[in-house]
Amino acid sequence: MKAHYGYKDGAGDFFIIIDTDKCAGCEDRGCASACPEGVLEIITDDYDDLVAAVVEDHRKKIKYSCAPCKPDRDRAPLPCVAACAPGALTHSW
Amino acid sequence: MTEYWRWKEYRWHDEEVDWRAGELVTAGVDVGSVSSQAVVMVDGELYAFSSMRTGSDSPESARKAMDWAMEGTGLTLDDVGFVVGTGYGRVNVPFSDKAITEIACHARGANYMYGPGVRTVLDMGGQDCKVIRCDERGKVSAFVMNDKCAAGTGRGMEVFADLLAIPIEEVGELSLQVEEEPPPVSCTCVVFAKSEATALLREGWPKSKVLAAYCSAMAHRVVTLLEQVGVEEEFAITGGIAKNIGIVRRLEDEIGVKAQSAKYDTQIAGGLGGALFAQSLLKKKLNAN
Repeated sequence: MKAHYGYKDGAGDFFIIIDTDKCAGCEDRGCASACPEGVLEIITDDYDDLVAAVVEDHRKKIKYSCAPCKPDRDRAPLPCVAACAPGALTHSW
Repeated sequence: MTEYWRWKEYRWHDEEVDWRAGELVTAGVDVGSVSSQAVVMVDGELYAFSSMRTGSDSPESARKAMDWAMEGTGLTLDDVGFVVGTGYGRVNVPFSDKAITEIACHARGANYMYGPGVRTVLDMGGQDCKVIRCDERGKVSAFVMNDKCAAGTGRGMEVFADLLAIPIEEVGELSLQVEEEPPPVSCTCVVFAKSEATALLREGWPKSKVLAAYCSAMAHRVVTLLEQVGVEEEFAITGGIAKNIGIVRRLEDEIGVKAQSAKYDTQIAGGLGGALFAQSLLKKKLNAN
């Protein structure tokens, strides 16, 4: 399942999308520790699999939580996306 | 005063099954916004269930539903190996071992009720509607929910049953007794829909025509949700509204796909899914020990 964490408002869609089928098979789980803002955590989902999720407190301010990793220019790959070995994590903006 | 909205509360258990002979006794308790169901399974087979109205106290509703499902069976909570809480009140089931979302539970329950071929599940509940896409194991692959409003849900239909003084079980059938399909009423909000229906009654519309207009509006509202996810056959409907033939028929006509016919009460799908999850989790727990 593609789990969407975030919101949309007049400025656009701000979602972190996690493909839980790909994520559940990952043993590395480097995404959570790679995020400098502590946006991601590892949880047990409904199917008893360990998967990454966005921490509840960040879900309604995700645009701002992720802003430090998204400068206007010379943007390096996002640490969470780069650390996601199975390619399960994407950002909508 | 007659409460036309009041649907039948009931319980059932399989008298031919002796739960003591089973190895895994599990339960799913679905505390919804309008109704609560407790489902007990023995070795993965449906054994008992209850379906009743949710009160103002969710933990108490969960307890009552569970007690009623076990009534007359000799079962006690201590005999149940694992309990999963689901629905809006899932975190308020005091005796549950785990809380699981109703989306996952309805998909899994529908997989059991209608078979592994089901790919699209429409859960038409008391307070919301969800369209769920799932795989052959009943695992959710995508879902979408309605906006926050009772229009297009079971509660909205209860409001109309009371307004028109028609018992809720008869609403669907009566709505089909029209020669020509009237234009749908507003379905943005159940309060607006009710005031529009009141105006139509004052104009002299028969009750069947007003109901047809509301059922049609509800069906249309759900179709817009279905279109967002896409309807893939086989298609099944769960929740209380699945018993309303007036909405189901109109929905089928609009999407051009026939819904699977249910062998079980469609309202227990969430609790059933919870009991199936409980069975898997109990097996896992026993294997770990």
